[in-house]
Amino acid sequence: MNAVSTSARANRRKARLWRALMLSVALLYVAVLLLAPLGGIIYYALKEGMGEVGHTFRQSDVRHAFYLTAIIMVVTVIVTTFFGIIVALVLARDRFVGKRLVSALVDLPLAVSPVIVGLMAVLLFGRGGWFEPFFAARGIQVIFALPSMILVTIFISIPFVIREVVPVLQELGMEEEQAAWTLGASRLQTFRRVTLPNIRWGLLYGIALSAARSIGEVGAVLIVSGSLQGQTETATLYILRAFDQYQEQQAYIVALTLASFSIVMLIGIETLKRRASREAG
Amino acid sequence: MFILLPVAAVLQSGFGNGLGNLQDALNSFGAQNAIKLTLMMAFLTAIINGVFGTLLAYIFVRVPFPGRDLLSTVVDLPFAVPTLVAGVMLVALYGPHSTVGGWLERHGIHIIFAPLGILLALLFVTLPLVVRSVQPVLIELDTAEEEAARVLGAGGLTTFRKVVFPALRPAITAGALLAFARSLGEFGAIVFVSGNIPNKTLTAPVLITQLLNPTTFGAVAGPGEAAAVSSLLFLFSFVLVLITERVSSHSLQRASEL
Repeated sequence: MNAVSTSARANRRKARLWRALMLSVALLYVAVLLLAPLGGIIYYALKEGMGEVGHTFRQSDVRHAFYLTAIIMVVTVIVTTFFGIIVALVLARDRFVGKRLVSALVDLPLAVSPVIVGLMAVLLFGRGGWFEPFFAARGIQVIFALPSMILVTIFISIPFVIREVVPVLQELGMEEEQAAWTLGASRLQTFRRVTLPNIRWGLLYGIALSAARSIGEVGAVLIVSGSLQGQTETATLYILRAFDQYQEQQAYIVALTLASFSIVMLIGIETLKRRASREAG
Repeated sequence: MFILLPVAAVLQSGFGNGLGNLQDALNSFGAQNAIKLTLMMAFLTAIINGVFGTLLAYIFVRVPFPGRDLLSTVVDLPFAVPTLVAGVMLVALYGPHSTVGGWLERHGIHIIFAPLGILLALLFVTLPLVVRSVQPVLIELDTAEEEAARVLGAGGLTTFRKVVFPALRPAITAGALLAFARSLGEFGAIVFVSGNIPNKTLTAPVLITQLLNPTTFGAVAGPGEAAAVSSLLFLFSFVLVLITERVSSHSLQRASEL
Protein backbone atom coordinates (compact mmCIF):
# COMPACT_ATOMS: atom_id res chain seq x y z
CA MET A 1 0.00 0.00 0.00
CA ASN A 2 2.72 2.35 1.08
CA ALA A 3 4.88 1.40 -1.87
CA VAL A 4 2.07 2.12 -4.27
CA SER A 5 1.40 5.59 -2.91
CA THR A 6 5.11 6.50 -2.97
CA SER A 7 5.42 5.42 -6.57
CA ALA A 8 2.23 7.31 -7.40
CA ARG A 9 3.68 10.38 -5.75
CA ALA A 10 6.94 9.96 -7.65
CA ASN A 11 4.94 9.61 -10.84
CA ARG A 12 3.01 12.75 -10.12
CA ARG A 13 6.21 14.66 -9.41
CA LYS A 14 7.66 13.39 -12.67
CA ALA A 15 4.52 14.50 -14.52
CA ARG A 16 4.81 17.96 -13.02
CA LEU A 17 8.45 18.15 -14.05
CA TRP A 18 7.54 17.15 -17.58
CA ARG A 19 4.90 19.85 -17.76
CA ALA A 20 7.29 22.51 -16.52
CA LEU A 21 9.87 21.40 -19.08
CA MET A 22 7.35 21.41 -21.95
CA LEU A 23 6.07 24.80 -20.93
CA SER A 24 9.56 26.34 -20.78
CA VAL A 25 10.55 24.95 -24.17
CA ALA A 26 7.32 26.19 -25.75
CA LEU A 27 7.57 29.64 -24.19
CA LEU A 28 11.20 29.97 -25.26
CA TYR A 29 10.33 29.00 -28.83
CA VAL A 30 7.47 31.50 -29.02
CA ALA A 31 9.59 34.22 -27.42
CA VAL A 32 12.51 33.81 -29.82
CA LEU A 33 10.50 33.16 -32.95
CA LEU A 34 7.54 35.52 -32.56
CA LEU A 35 8.09 38.06 -29.80
CA ALA A 36 11.72 39.02 -30.39
CA PRO A 37 11.13 40.19 -33.98
CA LEU A 38 8.05 42.13 -32.86
CA GLY A 39 10.09 43.83 -30.15
CA GLY A 40 12.83 44.49 -32.68
CA ILE A 41 10.62 46.35 -35.10
CA ILE A 42 8.92 48.40 -32.39
CA TYR A 43 12.34 49.48 -31.14
CA TYR A 44 13.83 50.31 -34.53
CA ALA A 45 10.69 52.03 -35.87
CA LEU A 46 10.44 54.38 -32.91
CA LYS A 47 14.18 54.81 -32.33
CA GLU A 48 14.35 58.19 -34.04
CA GLY A 49 11.39 59.49 -32.05
CA MET A 50 7.89 60.55 -33.00
CA GLY A 51 9.18 63.40 -35.20
CA GLU A 52 10.33 60.88 -37.78
CA VAL A 53 6.96 59.09 -37.57
CA GLY A 54 5.13 62.35 -38.24
CA HIS A 55 7.50 63.16 -41.09
CA THR A 56 6.82 59.78 -42.70
CA PHE A 57 3.06 60.22 -42.55
CA ARG A 58 3.22 63.68 -44.06
CA GLN A 59 4.69 62.29 -47.29
CA SER A 60 2.06 62.23 -50.00
CA ASP A 61 3.15 58.85 -51.41
CA VAL A 62 2.84 57.24 -47.96
CA ARG A 63 -0.65 58.65 -47.53
CA HIS A 64 -1.69 57.53 -50.98
CA ALA A 65 -0.32 54.04 -50.28
CA PHE A 66 -2.41 53.73 -47.12
CA TYR A 67 -5.46 55.10 -48.91
CA LEU A 68 -5.09 52.47 -51.63
CA THR A 69 -4.60 49.69 -49.09
CA ALA A 70 -7.76 50.80 -47.27
CA ILE A 71 -9.84 50.72 -50.46
CA ILE A 72 -8.58 47.26 -51.37
CA MET A 73 -9.29 46.01 -47.85
CA VAL A 74 -12.85 47.35 -47.74
CA VAL A 75 -13.84 45.93 -51.12
CA THR A 76 -12.17 42.59 -50.39
CA VAL A 77 -13.90 42.25 -47.03
CA ILE A 78 -17.33 43.03 -48.47
CA VAL A 79 -16.96 40.57 -51.35
CA THR A 80 -15.38 37.73 -49.36
CA THR A 81 -17.94 38.08 -46.59
CA PHE A 82 -20.91 37.98 -48.93
CA PHE A 83 -19.71 35.08 -51.06
CA GLY A 84 -18.02 33.41 -48.11
CA ILE A 85 -21.34 33.04 -46.27
CA ILE A 86 -23.07 31.66 -49.35
CA VAL A 87 -20.34 29.11 -50.10
CA ALA A 88 -20.13 28.14 -46.43
CA LEU A 89 -23.89 27.52 -46.31
CA VAL A 90 -23.69 25.35 -49.41
CA LEU A 91 -20.69 23.40 -48.13
CA ALA A 92 -22.16 22.86 -44.68
CA ARG A 93 -25.79 22.20 -45.61
CA ASP A 94 -26.06 20.64 -49.02
CA ARG A 95 -24.92 17.25 -50.19
CA PHE A 96 -23.73 17.03 -53.74
CA VAL A 97 -21.32 15.12 -55.93
CA GLY A 98 -17.84 16.59 -55.87
CA LYS A 99 -18.24 18.37 -52.56
CA ARG A 100 -14.80 17.12 -51.47
CA LEU A 101 -13.30 18.63 -54.58
CA VAL A 102 -15.03 21.97 -54.06
CA SER A 103 -13.85 22.03 -50.49
CA ALA A 104 -10.27 21.36 -51.64
CA LEU A 105 -10.56 24.07 -54.30
CA VAL A 106 -11.69 26.58 -51.72
CA ASP A 107 -8.50 25.90 -49.78
CA LEU A 108 -6.36 26.21 -52.88
CA PRO A 109 -5.67 29.96 -52.53
CA LEU A 110 -4.13 29.18 -49.14
CA ALA A 111 -1.64 26.81 -50.69
CA VAL A 112 -0.88 28.48 -54.00
CA SER A 113 1.84 31.08 -53.98
CA PRO A 114 0.46 34.65 -54.18
CA VAL A 115 3.12 35.20 -56.80
CA ILE A 116 1.46 32.56 -58.97
CA VAL A 117 -1.93 34.18 -58.36
CA GLY A 118 -0.49 37.44 -59.67
CA LEU A 119 0.89 35.67 -62.70
CA MET A 120 -2.51 34.09 -63.37
CA ALA A 121 -4.11 37.52 -63.45
CA VAL A 122 -1.46 38.87 -65.80
CA LEU A 123 -1.93 35.93 -68.14
CA LEU A 124 -5.72 36.35 -68.18
CA PHE A 125 -6.02 40.14 -68.32
CA GLY A 126 -2.61 41.32 -69.53
CA ARG A 127 -1.43 41.84 -73.09
CA GLY A 128 -2.44 38.83 -75.18
CA GLY A 129 -4.50 37.42 -72.30
CA TRP A 130 -7.80 35.62 -72.80
CA PHE A 131 -9.94 38.45 -71.41
CA GLU A 132 -7.82 41.34 -72.58
CA PRO A 133 -9.75 42.11 -75.80
CA PHE A 134 -13.04 42.32 -73.89
CA PHE A 135 -11.84 44.94 -71.41
CA ALA A 136 -9.64 46.80 -73.90
CA ALA A 137 -12.67 47.27 -76.18
CA ARG A 138 -14.49 48.92 -73.31
CA GLY A 139 -11.52 51.05 -72.33
CA ILE A 140 -11.10 49.45 -68.94
CA GLN A 141 -7.55 49.13 -67.69
CA VAL A 142 -7.30 46.01 -65.54
CA ILE A 143 -3.62 45.15 -65.22
CA PHE A 144 -1.41 47.86 -63.70
CA ALA A 145 -4.59 49.32 -62.19
CA LEU A 146 -6.87 48.97 -59.21
CA PRO A 147 -9.28 46.32 -60.65
CA SER A 148 -6.63 43.61 -60.93
CA MET A 149 -5.18 44.52 -57.52
CA ILE A 150 -8.58 44.05 -55.91
CA LEU A 151 -9.22 40.89 -57.91
CA VAL A 152 -6.05 39.08 -56.79
CA THR A 153 -6.56 40.18 -53.19
CA ILE A 154 -10.10 38.78 -53.20
CA PHE A 155 -8.84 35.53 -54.70
CA ILE A 156 -6.29 35.15 -51.95
CA SER A 157 -8.71 36.10 -49.15
CA ILE A 158 -11.55 33.77 -50.22
CA PRO A 159 -10.84 30.88 -47.84
CA PHE A 160 -10.83 32.72 -44.50
CA VAL A 161 -14.54 33.43 -43.95
CA ILE A 162 -15.49 30.03 -45.38
CA ARG A 163 -13.06 28.10 -43.19
CA GLU A 164 -14.22 29.87 -40.04
CA VAL A 165 -17.95 29.60 -40.74
CA VAL A 166 -18.27 26.02 -42.08
CA PRO A 167 -17.29 24.22 -38.83
CA VAL A 168 -19.66 26.43 -36.81
CA LEU A 169 -22.53 25.66 -39.18
CA GLN A 170 -21.80 21.93 -39.06
CA GLU A 171 -21.68 22.00 -35.28
CA LEU A 172 -24.94 23.92 -35.17
CA GLY A 173 -27.04 21.47 -37.15
CA MET A 174 -30.27 22.53 -38.77
CA GLU A 175 -32.87 22.12 -36.00
CA GLU A 176 -33.19 25.80 -35.16
CA GLU A 177 -33.44 26.79 -38.81
CA GLN A 178 -36.04 24.13 -39.51
CA ALA A 179 -38.03 25.30 -36.50
CA ALA A 180 -37.98 28.83 -37.87
CA TRP A 181 -39.17 27.61 -41.28
CA THR A 182 -41.93 25.59 -39.73
CA LEU A 183 -43.06 28.67 -37.86
CA GLY A 184 -43.39 30.43 -41.17
CA ALA A 185 -40.20 32.47 -41.36
CA SER A 186 -38.87 33.14 -44.83
CA ARG A 187 -35.37 32.03 -45.79
CA LEU A 188 -33.99 35.54 -45.41
CA GLN A 189 -35.67 36.03 -42.03
CA THR A 190 -34.35 32.70 -40.82
CA PHE A 191 -30.87 33.67 -41.88
CA ARG A 192 -31.02 37.08 -40.24
CA ARG A 193 -32.68 36.02 -36.98
CA VAL A 194 -31.37 32.48 -36.46
CA THR A 195 -28.30 31.61 -38.49
CA LEU A 196 -26.46 34.91 -38.40
CA PRO A 197 -26.50 35.38 -34.61
CA ASN A 198 -25.24 31.81 -34.22
CA ILE A 199 -22.31 32.14 -36.59
CA ARG A 200 -21.51 35.70 -35.47
CA TRP A 201 -18.14 35.06 -33.83
CA GLY A 202 -16.79 32.67 -36.40
CA LEU A 203 -17.86 35.09 -39.10
CA LEU A 204 -16.26 38.09 -37.41
CA TYR A 205 -13.02 36.19 -36.92
CA GLY A 206 -13.03 35.13 -40.57
CA ILE A 207 -13.64 38.72 -41.64
CA ALA A 208 -10.75 39.91 -39.46
CA LEU A 209 -8.42 37.30 -40.97
CA SER A 210 -9.58 38.29 -44.43
CA ALA A 211 -8.97 41.98 -43.69
CA ALA A 212 -5.54 41.25 -42.21
CA ARG A 213 -4.60 39.22 -45.25
CA SER A 214 -5.80 41.88 -47.67
CA ILE A 215 -3.79 44.71 -46.14
CA GLY A 216 -0.72 42.50 -45.97
CA GLU A 217 -0.79 41.06 -49.46
CA VAL A 218 2.33 41.83 -51.44
CA GLY A 219 3.42 39.11 -53.89
CA ALA A 220 0.30 39.05 -56.05
CA VAL A 221 -0.25 42.80 -55.91
CA LEU A 222 3.38 43.46 -56.84
CA ILE A 223 3.01 41.52 -60.06
CA VAL A 224 -0.32 42.93 -61.25
CA SER A 225 0.07 46.53 -60.11
CA GLY A 226 3.33 47.55 -61.73
CA SER A 227 4.01 49.36 -58.44
CA LEU A 228 3.69 52.89 -59.82
CA GLN A 229 4.67 55.32 -57.10
CA GLY A 230 1.73 57.42 -55.93
CA GLN A 231 -0.62 55.54 -58.27
CA THR A 232 -0.75 51.78 -57.81
CA GLU A 233 1.55 51.55 -54.82
CA THR A 234 -0.06 50.02 -51.73
CA ALA A 235 1.39 50.25 -48.23
CA THR A 236 3.23 46.94 -48.60
CA LEU A 237 4.60 47.95 -52.00
CA TYR A 238 5.76 51.20 -50.44
CA ILE A 239 7.73 49.17 -47.90
CA LEU A 240 9.37 47.24 -50.73
CA ARG A 241 10.43 50.43 -52.49
CA ALA A 242 11.53 52.20 -49.32
CA PHE A 243 13.83 49.27 -48.58
CA ASP A 244 15.24 49.33 -52.08
CA GLN A 245 16.02 53.03 -51.69
CA TYR A 246 17.68 52.55 -48.30
CA GLN A 247 14.93 54.37 -46.42
CA GLU A 248 14.73 51.63 -43.80
CA GLN A 249 13.38 53.99 -41.14
CA GLN A 250 10.27 54.83 -43.19
CA ALA A 251 9.84 51.17 -44.10
CA TYR A 252 9.93 50.20 -40.42
CA ILE A 253 7.37 52.84 -39.49
CA VAL A 254 4.91 51.87 -42.23
CA ALA A 255 5.44 48.17 -41.43
CA LEU A 256 4.77 48.73 -37.74
CA THR A 257 1.60 50.68 -38.57
CA LEU A 258 0.25 47.86 -40.72
CA ALA A 259 1.13 45.24 -38.11
CA SER A 260 -0.43 47.27 -35.27
CA PHE A 261 -3.68 47.66 -37.15
CA SER A 262 -4.04 43.93 -37.81
CA ILE A 263 -2.91 42.91 -34.35
CA VAL A 264 -5.32 45.26 -32.57
CA MET A 265 -8.17 44.09 -34.79
CA LEU A 266 -7.53 40.38 -34.21
CA ILE A 267 -6.89 40.69 -30.49
CA GLY A 268 -10.01 42.82 -30.14
CA ILE A 269 -12.16 40.18 -31.79
CA GLU A 270 -10.56 37.34 -29.85
CA THR A 271 -11.22 39.17 -26.58
CA LEU A 272 -14.85 39.86 -27.48
CA LYS A 273 -15.25 36.24 -28.50
CA ARG A 274 -13.81 34.96 -25.24
CA ARG A 275 -16.03 37.28 -23.21
CA ALA A 276 -19.10 36.16 -25.16
CA SER A 277 -18.33 32.48 -24.69
CA ARG A 278 -17.76 33.07 -20.97
CA GLU A 279 -21.13 34.82 -20.69
CA ALA A 280 -22.81 32.02 -22.60
CA GLY A 281 -21.08 29.27 -20.65
CA MET B 1 -14.87 29.12 -62.29
CA PHE B 2 -13.20 31.94 -60.44
CA ILE B 3 -10.56 29.53 -59.22
CA LEU B 4 -10.19 27.04 -62.08
CA LEU B 5 -9.87 29.35 -65.06
CA PRO B 6 -6.70 31.15 -63.90
CA VAL B 7 -5.05 27.79 -63.31
CA ALA B 8 -5.72 26.78 -66.89
CA ALA B 9 -4.19 30.01 -68.15
CA VAL B 10 -0.92 29.40 -66.32
CA LEU B 11 -0.65 25.84 -67.53
CA GLN B 12 -1.38 26.93 -71.09
CA SER B 13 1.20 29.69 -71.00
CA GLY B 14 3.80 27.55 -69.28
CA PHE B 15 3.47 24.50 -71.51
CA GLY B 16 1.79 25.95 -74.61
CA ASN B 17 5.05 25.59 -76.55
CA GLY B 18 5.87 22.19 -75.16
CA LEU B 19 8.45 21.74 -72.47
CA GLY B 20 10.83 24.32 -73.95
CA ASN B 21 10.01 27.06 -71.44
CA LEU B 22 10.53 24.78 -68.52
CA GLN B 23 13.86 23.52 -69.83
CA ASP B 24 14.98 27.09 -70.50
CA ALA B 25 14.03 28.23 -67.05
CA LEU B 26 15.56 25.23 -65.34
CA ASN B 27 18.84 25.52 -67.18
CA SER B 28 19.52 29.20 -67.55
CA PHE B 29 17.95 31.16 -64.73
CA GLY B 30 18.93 29.13 -61.71
CA ALA B 31 15.43 27.77 -61.40
CA GLN B 32 16.70 24.31 -60.59
CA ASN B 33 18.56 25.51 -57.53
CA ALA B 34 15.75 27.88 -56.58
CA ILE B 35 13.23 25.04 -56.54
CA LYS B 36 15.63 22.77 -54.65
CA LEU B 37 16.22 25.46 -52.01
CA THR B 38 12.50 26.16 -51.73
CA LEU B 39 11.65 22.48 -51.22
CA MET B 40 14.44 22.06 -48.68
CA MET B 41 13.38 25.09 -46.63
CA ALA B 42 9.71 24.09 -46.77
CA PHE B 43 10.60 20.58 -45.62
CA LEU B 44 12.61 21.81 -42.61
CA THR B 45 9.83 24.26 -41.73
CA ALA B 46 7.21 21.51 -41.80
CA ILE B 47 9.29 19.23 -39.55
CA ILE B 48 10.32 21.86 -36.98
CA ASN B 49 6.89 23.47 -36.72
CA GLY B 50 5.30 20.02 -36.75
CA VAL B 51 7.12 19.34 -33.49
CA PHE B 52 6.72 22.73 -31.82
CA GLY B 53 3.20 23.27 -33.14
CA THR B 54 2.11 19.97 -31.59
CA LEU B 55 3.82 20.87 -28.32
CA LEU B 56 2.00 24.21 -28.21
CA ALA B 57 -1.36 22.64 -29.06
CA TYR B 58 -0.82 20.08 -26.30
CA ILE B 59 -0.07 22.84 -23.81
CA PHE B 60 -3.14 24.82 -24.85
CA VAL B 61 -5.42 21.85 -24.30
CA ARG B 62 -3.84 19.84 -21.49
CA VAL B 63 -1.51 22.04 -19.42
CA PRO B 64 -3.37 24.77 -17.55
CA PHE B 65 -1.22 27.71 -16.50
CA PRO B 66 -1.79 31.41 -15.92
CA GLY B 67 -1.41 33.36 -19.13
CA ARG B 68 -2.56 30.57 -21.42
CA ASP B 69 -5.01 32.90 -23.19
CA LEU B 70 -2.21 35.38 -23.71
CA LEU B 71 0.10 32.74 -25.18
CA SER B 72 -2.72 31.58 -27.44
CA THR B 73 -3.14 35.14 -28.73
CA VAL B 74 0.60 35.45 -29.32
CA VAL B 75 0.64 32.24 -31.35
CA ASP B 76 -2.03 33.73 -33.65
CA LEU B 77 0.18 36.76 -34.22
CA PRO B 78 1.46 35.52 -37.60
CA PHE B 79 -2.14 35.43 -38.88
CA ALA B 80 -2.38 39.13 -38.13
CA VAL B 81 1.06 40.35 -39.10
CA PRO B 82 1.45 40.85 -42.85
CA THR B 83 4.09 38.43 -44.14
CA LEU B 84 6.12 41.27 -45.61
CA VAL B 85 6.15 42.89 -42.18
CA ALA B 86 7.35 39.61 -40.68
CA GLY B 87 10.31 39.83 -43.05
CA VAL B 88 10.90 43.47 -42.14
CA MET B 89 10.86 42.49 -38.46
CA LEU B 90 13.55 39.87 -38.98
CA VAL B 91 15.74 42.31 -40.90
CA ALA B 92 15.28 44.94 -38.17
CA LEU B 93 16.23 42.46 -35.45
CA TYR B 94 18.95 40.41 -37.14
CA GLY B 95 20.24 42.81 -39.81
CA PRO B 96 23.99 43.45 -39.76
CA HIS B 97 23.47 47.02 -38.45
CA SER B 98 21.36 45.97 -35.46
CA THR B 99 22.71 45.08 -32.02
CA VAL B 100 21.62 41.44 -32.06
CA GLY B 101 22.44 40.88 -35.73
CA GLY B 102 25.87 42.47 -35.39
CA TRP B 103 26.70 40.31 -32.37
CA LEU B 104 25.62 37.11 -34.15
CA GLU B 105 27.54 38.15 -37.27
CA ARG B 106 30.74 38.52 -35.24
CA HIS B 107 30.20 35.03 -33.88
CA GLY B 108 29.89 33.58 -37.34
CA ILE B 109 26.10 33.12 -37.37
CA HIS B 110 24.61 34.57 -40.53
CA ILE B 111 20.85 35.01 -40.55
CA ILE B 112 20.06 37.80 -42.97
CA PHE B 113 20.93 37.00 -46.61
CA ALA B 114 21.40 33.38 -45.55
CA PRO B 115 19.26 30.21 -45.53
CA LEU B 116 18.84 30.47 -41.75
CA GLY B 117 16.95 33.75 -42.20
CA ILE B 118 14.65 32.14 -44.78
CA LEU B 119 13.96 29.32 -42.34
CA LEU B 120 13.17 31.73 -39.49
CA ALA B 121 10.78 33.67 -41.71
CA LEU B 122 8.96 30.51 -42.77
CA LEU B 123 8.77 29.20 -39.19
CA PHE B 124 7.27 32.53 -38.11
CA VAL B 125 4.63 32.53 -40.82
CA THR B 126 3.51 28.89 -40.53
CA LEU B 127 3.50 28.19 -36.76
CA PRO B 128 -0.24 28.83 -36.17
CA LEU B 129 -1.18 26.57 -39.09
CA VAL B 130 0.07 23.49 -37.23
CA VAL B 131 -1.19 24.57 -33.81
CA ARG B 132 -4.70 25.29 -35.10
CA SER B 133 -4.78 22.01 -37.00
CA VAL B 134 -3.84 19.85 -34.01
CA GLN B 135 -5.72 21.71 -31.27
CA PRO B 136 -9.34 20.84 -32.23
CA VAL B 137 -8.53 17.14 -32.53
CA LEU B 138 -6.82 17.18 -29.16
CA ILE B 139 -9.85 18.87 -27.58
CA GLU B 140 -12.09 16.07 -28.90
CA LEU B 141 -9.72 13.41 -27.61
CA ASP B 142 -10.95 11.82 -24.39
CA THR B 143 -8.52 12.07 -21.47
CA ALA B 144 -9.66 8.68 -20.14
CA GLU B 145 -7.16 6.75 -22.21
CA GLU B 146 -4.30 8.94 -21.08
CA GLU B 147 -5.31 8.58 -17.46
CA ALA B 148 -5.58 4.83 -17.87
CA ALA B 149 -2.07 4.70 -19.27
CA ARG B 150 -0.78 6.82 -16.42
CA VAL B 151 -2.52 4.72 -13.77
CA LEU B 152 -0.98 1.64 -15.33
CA GLY B 153 2.38 3.23 -14.66
CA ALA B 154 3.33 4.76 -18.02
CA GLY B 155 5.43 7.91 -17.79
CA GLY B 156 4.50 11.14 -19.50
CA LEU B 157 6.61 10.44 -22.55
CA THR B 158 5.39 6.86 -22.96
CA THR B 159 1.78 7.99 -22.63
CA PHE B 160 2.30 10.61 -25.28
CA ARG B 161 4.10 8.27 -27.65
CA LYS B 162 1.74 5.32 -27.28
CA VAL B 163 -1.64 6.96 -26.66
CA VAL B 164 -1.80 10.62 -27.67
CA PHE B 165 0.49 10.69 -30.69
CA PRO B 166 -1.22 7.92 -32.70
CA ALA B 167 -4.56 9.72 -32.33
CA LEU B 168 -3.05 13.05 -33.35
CA ARG B 169 -0.89 11.80 -36.20
CA PRO B 170 -3.31 12.67 -39.04
CA ALA B 171 -3.87 16.17 -37.65
CA ILE B 172 -0.15 16.77 -37.20
CA THR B 173 0.50 15.53 -40.73
CA ALA B 174 -2.22 17.79 -42.11
CA GLY B 175 -0.84 20.81 -40.25
CA ALA B 176 2.72 20.10 -41.33
CA LEU B 177 1.63 19.64 -44.96
CA LEU B 178 -0.21 22.95 -44.81
CA ALA B 179 2.94 24.60 -43.46
CA PHE B 180 4.93 22.93 -46.24
CA ALA B 181 2.57 24.17 -48.95
CA ARG B 182 2.51 27.65 -47.49
CA SER B 183 6.31 27.72 -47.32
CA LEU B 184 6.64 26.71 -50.97
CA GLY B 185 4.77 29.82 -52.07
CA GLU B 186 5.91 32.38 -49.53
CA PHE B 187 7.19 35.60 -51.02
CA GLY B 188 6.61 38.53 -48.67
CA ALA B 189 8.36 37.17 -45.61
CA ILE B 190 11.36 36.00 -47.62
CA VAL B 191 12.08 38.76 -50.10
CA PHE B 192 13.98 41.02 -47.68
CA VAL B 193 15.51 38.35 -45.52
CA SER B 194 17.05 36.18 -48.21
CA GLY B 195 18.95 38.76 -50.23
CA ASN B 196 17.97 36.70 -53.29
CA ILE B 197 21.45 35.62 -54.32
CA PRO B 198 21.04 33.39 -57.41
CA ASN B 199 21.78 29.72 -56.77
CA LYS B 200 22.24 30.43 -53.06
CA THR B 201 19.34 32.19 -51.35
CA LEU B 202 16.99 32.78 -54.27
CA THR B 203 13.72 30.89 -53.74
CA ALA B 204 11.29 29.91 -56.49
CA PRO B 205 8.55 32.49 -55.72
CA VAL B 206 11.10 35.31 -55.73
CA LEU B 207 12.57 33.98 -58.97
CA ILE B 208 9.11 34.11 -60.55
CA THR B 209 8.75 37.80 -59.73
CA GLN B 210 12.23 38.42 -61.15
CA LEU B 211 11.39 36.58 -64.37
CA LEU B 212 8.36 38.85 -64.74
CA ASN B 213 10.30 42.01 -64.03
CA PRO B 214 11.85 43.25 -67.30
CA THR B 215 14.74 44.96 -65.48
CA THR B 216 16.20 41.71 -64.08
CA PHE B 217 16.75 39.50 -67.08
CA GLY B 218 15.80 41.85 -69.90
CA ALA B 219 14.02 40.41 -72.89
CA VAL B 220 15.40 36.86 -72.63
CA ALA B 221 12.96 35.84 -69.92
CA GLY B 222 9.30 36.57 -69.52
CA PRO B 223 5.86 35.29 -68.60
CA GLY B 224 6.52 32.01 -70.41
CA GLU B 225 9.45 31.03 -68.22
CA ALA B 226 7.70 32.42 -65.15
CA ALA B 227 4.64 30.35 -65.96
CA ALA B 228 6.77 27.23 -66.40
CA VAL B 229 8.34 27.59 -62.96
CA SER B 230 4.93 28.50 -61.53
CA SER B 231 3.34 25.41 -63.01
CA LEU B 232 5.91 23.21 -61.35
CA LEU B 233 5.44 24.95 -58.00
CA PHE B 234 1.70 24.86 -58.45
CA LEU B 235 1.76 21.14 -59.10
CA PHE B 236 3.50 20.55 -55.77
CA SER B 237 0.97 22.75 -53.94
CA PHE B 238 -2.02 21.12 -55.56
CA VAL B 239 -0.89 17.61 -54.71
CA LEU B 240 -0.22 18.77 -51.16
CA VAL B 241 -3.71 20.25 -50.83
CA LEU B 242 -5.30 17.03 -52.04
CA ILE B 243 -3.26 14.96 -49.59
CA THR B 244 -4.05 17.38 -46.76
CA GLU B 245 -7.76 17.19 -47.52
CA ARG B 246 -7.54 13.38 -47.41
CA VAL B 247 -5.58 13.30 -44.18
CA SER B 248 -7.63 15.90 -42.34
CA SER B 249 -11.02 14.39 -43.17
CA HIS B 250 -9.53 11.10 -42.00
CA SER B 251 -8.35 12.73 -38.77
CA LEU B 252 -11.79 14.17 -38.03
CA GLN B 253 -13.37 10.78 -38.60
CA ARG B 254 -10.91 9.22 -36.21
CA ALA B 255 -11.55 11.87 -33.60
CA SER B 256 -15.29 11.29 -33.76
CA GLU B 257 -14.82 7.54 -33.49
CA LEU B 258 -12.68 7.85 -30.38
